[in-house]
Amino acid sequence: MSTLSRIPLPPAAGGLFAPYVPASLTHRDLVPNLIDSRTLAFQLYDVFDAGALCQRPRFSDYSREAFDAVLSSARGIAADLYATHQKLNDTDEPSVVNGNVVLNPGVKPAYDATAEAGLLAASQDAELGGMQLPHLISIAAYALLDSANAATASYSLLTVGAANLIAAFGSQEQKDTWLPPMFAGKFGGTMALTEPDAGSSLADLRCSAAPQPDGTYHMGGTKIWISGGDHELTQNIVHLVLARIEGAPPGTKGISLFIVPKFLLNADGTLGARNGVVLGGLIHKMGWRGTCSTLLNFGETAPCVAYLVGEPHKGLTYMFHMMNEARIAVGRAATGMGHTAYNHAVAYARTRRQGRLPSNKDPLSPPVSIIEHADVRRMLLEALANVDGALALILECGRLLDDEQTAPSAADRQQASALLEVLTPLAKTFPALGCQTAISNAMQVMGGYGYAREYPIEQLYRDNRLNQIHEGTNGIQALDLLGRKVVQQGGASFKALMARIRTTLAAAAETPLAPYAGQLETALGQWAECTRVLGIAMATDPNLALANANVYMDVSNRVVIAWVWLRMGLTADGRRRTAVNEEERDFFEGKLAAMRYWFAFELPRIGPDIALLSRLEATTLEANPAWF
Amino acid sequence: MKLAVCIKRVPDMEGRFKIAASGTGIDEAGLKYDMSDFDGYAAEVAIQITEKLGAGEVTVISLGPDVVQETLRKALSMGAHRAVQLKHDAPVSDGLAVATALAAELKDGGYDLILCGRMAVDTQNRSTGIFLAELLGLPVISAISQLNVEGGVVKARRELEGAYELIECPLPAVVTIDEGIARARYPSLKGIMAAKKKPLEVKPAHLGAITYQLEKMELPAERAAGRIVGEGKDAVPELVRLLKEEAKVL
Ligand SMILES: Cc1cc2nc3c(=O)[nH]c(=O)nc-3n(C[C@H](O)[C@H](O)[C@H](O)COP(=O)(O)OP(=O)(O)OC[C@H]3O[C@@H](n4cnc5c(N)ncnc54)[C@H](O)[C@@H]3O)c2cc1C
Ligand SMILES: Cc1cc2nc3c(=O)[nH]c(=O)nc-3n(C[C@H](O)[C@H](O)[C@H](O)COP(=O)(O)OP(=O)(O)OC[C@H]3O[C@@H](n4cnc5c(N)ncnc54)[C@H](O)[C@@H]3O)c2cc1C
Repeated sequence: MSTLSRIPLPPAAGGLFAPYVPASLTHRDLVPNLIDSRTLAFQLYDVFDAGALCQRPRFSDYSREAFDAVLSSARGIAADLYATHQKLNDTDEPSVVNGNVVLNPGVKPAYDATAEAGLLAASQDAELGGMQLPHLISIAAYALLDSANAATASYSLLTVGAANLIAAFGSQEQKDTWLPPMFAGKFGGTMALTEPDAGSSLADLRCSAAPQPDGTYHMGGTKIWISGGDHELTQNIVHLVLARIEGAPPGTKGISLFIVPKFLLNADGTLGARNGVVLGGLIHKMGWRGTCSTLLNFGETAPCVAYLVGEPHKGLTYMFHMMNEARIAVGRAATGMGHTAYNHAVAYARTRRQGRLPSNKDPLSPPVSIIEHADVRRMLLEALANVDGALALILECGRLLDDEQTAPSAADRQQASALLEVLTPLAKTFPALGCQTAISNAMQVMGGYGYAREYPIEQLYRDNRLNQIHEGTNGIQALDLLGRKVVQQGGASFKALMARIRTTLAAAAETPLAPYAGQLETALGQWAECTRVLGIAMATDPNLALANANVYMDVSNRVVIAWVWLRMGLTADGRRRTAVNEEERDFFEGKLAAMRYWFAFELPRIGPDIALLSRLEATTLEANPAWF
Repeated sequence: MKLAVCIKRVPDMEGRFKIAASGTGIDEAGLKYDMSDFDGYAAEVAIQITEKLGAGEVTVISLGPDVVQETLRKALSMGAHRAVQLKHDAPVSDGLAVATALAAELKDGGYDLILCGRMAVDTQNRSTGIFLAELLGLPVISAISQLNVEGGVVKARRELEGAYELIECPLPAVVTIDEGIARARYPSLKGIMAAKKKPLEVKPAHLGAITYQLEKMELPAERAAGRIVGEGKDAVPELVRLLKEEAKVL
């Protein structure tokens, strides 16, 4: 019935043997070590009660099973398509060939799969083509991509950020024109704010837009550091550009927002003429190399058509509206990388044998796994406390983004906005710093191998270093926190946060964790008091008050992370009692140990800082620039 | 064109396995489960066939307790059209018994092509698909890496060591799918939400007679640490001695 033919294969090139690669070196690159699924499930469902969101009308089609299915797709894409070229993004960084930016070939399949899975529009409204997935879940899904390869994940983030701006402030025509191809992955997006002479200080930006008779504008000027500013990953790139309309008032009040496409569109939506935005060059970075950093010139060689978004002079307000999400996304990327480094270090510490316990004097006894050494566990615990604390903080923000949009009462929605205001600078800075500590510890646990390029840690160390710099430097975040967020509206946001932390303290009162709640209560009192002192100083001598903004931010991070750990600890303490087996119990014991670590080692460190802040320390303020 | 894909739910092979107290299976607590890899490729191939034709229906079928519904939903979210759970709560290790239950369900379904994985990645018996074809009286091409269905004929390629075979047979037929044919797609958000509304029937499994039972399951003994005998050619005599006297392999 069946027919058969047998065809010999041509001999394999390169003879019998493949080139020799030490197994230990290839193996570690292949294991992606993404954020552990149990940790994610613990936080999403046990701590943040993601399931309860399904009762809200916006999310009523969802269920825990659907959330898990989304996360499973994201994990698969992350492991199979992101992690696989993470190192290549570093070793074969983007380059300019014939005037075009060429990315690593792994980026495109990853980007396309992300779009095909519907992740670009995941949390967007249904009428805009979105799937109304809770932010809590989409942040978790994106954290998995970051954990595999943050540089490639950035392209999605940039498109989503630009599209969300158009969705929030664009005209109906702009939404109809740009959003469908952006959400489908056909057009990319960028956020073009920074200029050579306007980095932290956007008020000084100079790009200018000249009104045209047809209602469009012609853009002129230069932007720098524009991530994803040129590439052939997508057919078109939609730049969202901040610029001044000619004759606009100086400072922040004269800045408008524009759409500048790489290719203009014909009336039928097909690609038309090349617009006058051209690549001036690439910047070569320490890390995060897979995301190209571009210098873009507007209107230098040919007119550059720009379309105004919303009203003139409101650009910065619009941009700030989207800043929360972008800053949380920076924290999310740091969190992803921190988890990956931690997982690598644990796996390494279990298998690397070195030395004996101090009590063992027998030189003939076999060496122990280094995880048997208390000092190695110190490094791992510190890493765990940081990476899980960071995850809890960004998921808290995700949950608040959902509450801001969908909480049943107007008061709850307002409360969520107030909390987001004050937590956003922390969600940007804490993961950047805490996960850098975790990555550094992972390097230390792996000894010389942690420092070697054949192993993944040193790249993560370089990649994550960026997170202290972009999206508003940590210094600018500290100014935002102390100079604005905790003092605005009579300290309403700060009070909302205090109240929220106190609900956790109340929940802990009658539990075995009550002593920790007591410790946090004391810290909370000290933090509130020094905030009050600094608030007064802000009014009388802002230069002095803000001179120690960074220390204040550090204190705030330590207190807030103690809070998220106490909440995780309460849940873990309950769950360990009903654990189905030893492995599950170990998992919850580990979380409790990390909580204790935070309360024993990290929270007490606020003491000297509180003293310094309360006395309005002036050493740095008074240091004369001439002395350096 | 009616296609059926037989799917097994298996533990994630990267998990840490322990033997259950019964001594005849693994301890399932804490393990993650998913579709067996080869079954995922089979589902993908079947879905792609209907997508290319712009017509046809893919039915996915799985035998097991209610948790297999999650695996079936995954196949539905990839794009399969309907699902059938053959409900059976106790673990079965006899591939013939499973194939008998599958055959009972598939026999009168009017299927043109039935796809199975080359093997289940957990038990690796490579038997169910072949048994199934025999029970249905259909031709089978096993372990295929390429597939083309046209004009009532299946054309398939099987990989051999240093060669490959091209095989043809008429429909209806059974094929078992090897790797390299297609990567299972990642269910999209739209697919996941659409799957919730697709039909999933639960029927009792009519297992065949159990012809064999699993007696005992054991983990392999832990391997002793390696030893470096010496360096360079001076170490060879000692190595040879050890291989003869200790390892007794020479
Ligand atoms: C990899 C990368 C990607 C980026 N991607 C984008 C992008 O896609 N789009 C975009 O628009 N921009 C992007 N940026 C730019 C980024 O937002 C800026 O680098 C950042 O805002 C800081 O600006 P700057 O580099 O000019 O530093 P500067 O503003 O020159 O700051 C230098 C130092 O001075 C401090 N400082 C500045 N002003 C003050 C002040 N008022 N008070 C106290 N301290 C101050 C800063 O904290 C910092 O430590 C990117 C940057 C990098 C490195
Ligand atoms: C760039 C570079 C240059 C080097 N140059 C030289 C050189 O010229 N000559 C040379 O001989 N070597 C050299 N080395 C090797 C270097 O001295 C070792 O990397 C270092 O001693 C650590 O050993 P290891 O990397 O094997 O880490 P491991 O010993 O495996 O340590 C891993 C982790 O376990 C911890 N640990 C290990 N044992 C214990 C214990 N008993 N108690 C508590 N914690 C423990 C360590 O503190 C570390 O955090 C170099 C290394 C590097 C990275």
